[in-house]
Amino acid sequence: MSDTALNAPWATADRQRVATQFGMWAFLATETLFFGAIFLFYAVARWSHPAGFLAGAREADAWFGSANTIVLLTSSLTMAIAERGVRAGLVALARAMYALTIALGLCFLTIKGFEYAKDISEHLIPGRRFPLAETGASAFWAFYWTVTVVHAIHLTIGLGIVARMLLIPRDRLAARWTTAEGTALYWHLVDVVWVFLYPLLYLAGR
Amino acid sequence: MGDAPEAGLLGREPGERNYLTAGTTVRSWLLTTDHKRIALLYAAGITFFFFLGGAAATLMRAELVTPAGDLLTADEYNRTFTLHGVIMVWFFLVPSIPTTLGNFLLPLMIGANEVAYPKLNLFSWYLWLAGGLLTLFALLAGGVDTGWTFYTPFSTLYSNSHVLLAAAGVFVAGFSSIATGINFIATLHLLRARGMTWMRLPLFAWAMYATSLVMVLATPVLAMALLLLFAERAFGLPIFDPRAGGDPVLFQHLFWFYSHPAVYIMILPAMGVVSEVIACEARRRVFGYEFMVYAMLMIAIIGFMVWGHHMFISGQSPFASLVFSALSFVIAVPSAIKVFNWTGTLYRGQIRFSTPMLYALGFVGLFTLGGLTGLFLASLPLDVHLTDTYFVTAHFHYIMVGGSVSAFFAGLHFWWPKITGRLYSETLGRFAAVSMFFGFNFTFFPQFVLGYLGMPRRYHEYPPEFQAWHVMSSTGAVVLAFAYLWPLCYLGWSLVKGERASDNPHDATGLEWQTRSPPPTDNFAEPPIVTGPPYRYHEEGYAPHAPAAADEPQRP
Ligand code: HEM
Ligand SMILES: [Cu+2]
Repeated sequence: MSDTALNAPWATADRQRVATQFGMWAFLATETLFFGAIFLFYAVARWSHPAGFLAGAREADAWFGSANTIVLLTSSLTMAIAERGVRAGLVALARAMYALTIALGLCFLTIKGFEYAKDISEHLIPGRRFPLAETGASAFWAFYWTVTVVHAIHLTIGLGIVARMLLIPRDRLAARWTTAEGTALYWHLVDVVWVFLYPLLYLAGR
Repeated sequence: MGDAPEAGLLGREPGERNYLTAGTTVRSWLLTTDHKRIALLYAAGITFFFFLGGAAATLMRAELVTPAGDLLTADEYNRTFTLHGVIMVWFFLVPSIPTTLGNFLLPLMIGANEVAYPKLNLFSWYLWLAGGLLTLFALLAGGVDTGWTFYTPFSTLYSNSHVLLAAAGVFVAGFSSIATGINFIATLHLLRARGMTWMRLPLFAWAMYATSLVMVLATPVLAMALLLLFAERAFGLPIFDPRAGGDPVLFQHLFWFYSHPAVYIMILPAMGVVSEVIACEARRRVFGYEFMVYAMLMIAIIGFMVWGHHMFISGQSPFASLVFSALSFVIAVPSAIKVFNWTGTLYRGQIRFSTPMLYALGFVGLFTLGGLTGLFLASLPLDVHLTDTYFVTAHFHYIMVGGSVSAFFAGLHFWWPKITGRLYSETLGRFAAVSMFFGFNFTFFPQFVLGYLGMPRRYHEYPPEFQAWHVMSSTGAVVLAFAYLWPLCYLGWSLVKGERASDNPHDATGLEWQTRSPPPTDNFAEPPIVTGPPYRYHEEGYAPHAPAAADEPQRP
């Protein structure tokens, strides 16, 4: 099985595949440092005002968070099946799984939307009407909003590149498995970030 | 130069296509994926930003001629030096050598016909341009007054200038930097010609590798720092605000975690250029090639561990300061190895004092002085006295301007015949190189003295006893400005009227000299095969300046 859609400057499908993987892993290294910086903020804030920070964390809604974790992990499963499907030439299966991945991604964003609505109704946005007085509580919520929005943006970009897989004509999909692999790597990255965020956001205060 | 300029022109069909003539429409430039054309796109942008940043510098030096703040108000002065710093760092120096010479030469030097991801390469130019335009817009809308360092809490809570716009510009340009880094690393790993082993890579290619590592691993931290700044300033989220339990020093840590390695983004490429120029113009193999490679990698790695030396007076723990101080001394070792090896390469060389060589020699001198004063700053007790004074300004200008910009000009002249297919006037070029060296020292040496005497940086007025030194510095700046503008004239002239360059006018080794000048779109007629180490100057029985030897075709 080889990727027939060759791009410059690659002479063979094998090299092109190595290049896609290589580029993707290099990008993941970048992303690790990107999120690493905001995790440092989390560590510093929690370290300097442990009680206040955890008081803030207690307000995070673990139901929403847990539901979203299940949704997102399931989407990683469908994504993995899709990628294998492309590789094995099971085009119909792969397309169904991509569609399911998109549906789960949208489901995640919807749940997140309801969660945001609830947070806003409880004034959990640092500012004048923020209900918690302990120093550090608002730092937790500063982290919460920044990191979840950044994560949601990553996920939205992910939805775009998964949708792109669906735009590839059926008869050419099987040939594009290096693209499928790159897409899967990105999607799993978005997932792995969430795996770290879940305990930091929803279990810390419990 | 050019012992036999016509040699490379022989046997060439008159209308032969090269990358410049392969398409002449605007569209063929703006949608190009040719790494050589993208290099020129960057070059155009970078030249623009360089002179814009230079205009701001001129304004500052004019203000500082007299002790009173008569030309600019304090606020205008703040906005001027911020503009200068932001533009010069992110829109000129960080991209300068990698995106122009690097883009142009890296595939050629390793015998490839493209970078690994040509479309990404074009995309990163657009990103960089978008970032530049955002920042320009911030400037037109009234400017920013935080300094290029965007320190909190001033930038997030108090400044009422266009911080958000400028930070957004830098943020976007950062992704361009990351994309370029990923592209170069993949190119070097995956596209080397047959026989081009790692230890046969030219040092410029190694320099690009080390630089790209830093770009890929440091820039995302700056991106997040700016994003957090954005969140605090735009939405009032308490991140760096101490009143709500935030930590302003956290910003400094994140900022310098990028910005110290970033100074190596600015200097490593320069080291690469200078190694190529010195070896060729002294007709010598690089002394201690492997040491040069490992020194660059050490610099890239240890560069990540010394950021705290910018924060000695920030209130970080004295233990941390001690460790950062010690590591800063450690990083001077590989830098010193490089200076030592350049000198070793010159030793008993048949030196040609050509324009690129003069710039390169200037680099070595100025870099040494900049590096040595870095050691002053790395020692705790001295830094407490010198921090935030003109001593620091002089230190980093010696390295970034005296060093990197000299090297950029060295490379520009050295590869000019390859890039444009034309020769420039050597006499005029040498004059520019010498003026730049003198102008530079004239401008910045007095600032060491000023700083030592206690003149703080970032002020628009000062006590009259400092005036003599300031006047000296401003006078030097006039010479320096001339030295930067002058090459525009003779290089511009060479573009239209310059003599045609042969394929290898410096009689240099290196694959980029084996293709035509200017190269065809796909670089090499057939993929080159490499059979030996780089810098095969000075072989036994090889008399480099003898006309017979110069005419011989170079072996790969
Ligand atoms: C030999 C190795 C070097 C050492 C030991 C060193 C040391 C230092 C120290 C300790 C400071 C902080 C001074 C202060 O703020 O009080 C500093 C500032 C600075 N250095 Fe270096 N340095 C070295 C090389 C470089 C290089 C290669 C560059 C640039 C290409 C550079 C650019 C800068 C800049 C831009 C600043 C000032 C940043 C600011 O506050 O705006 N340095 N250096
Ligand atoms: Cu530093």
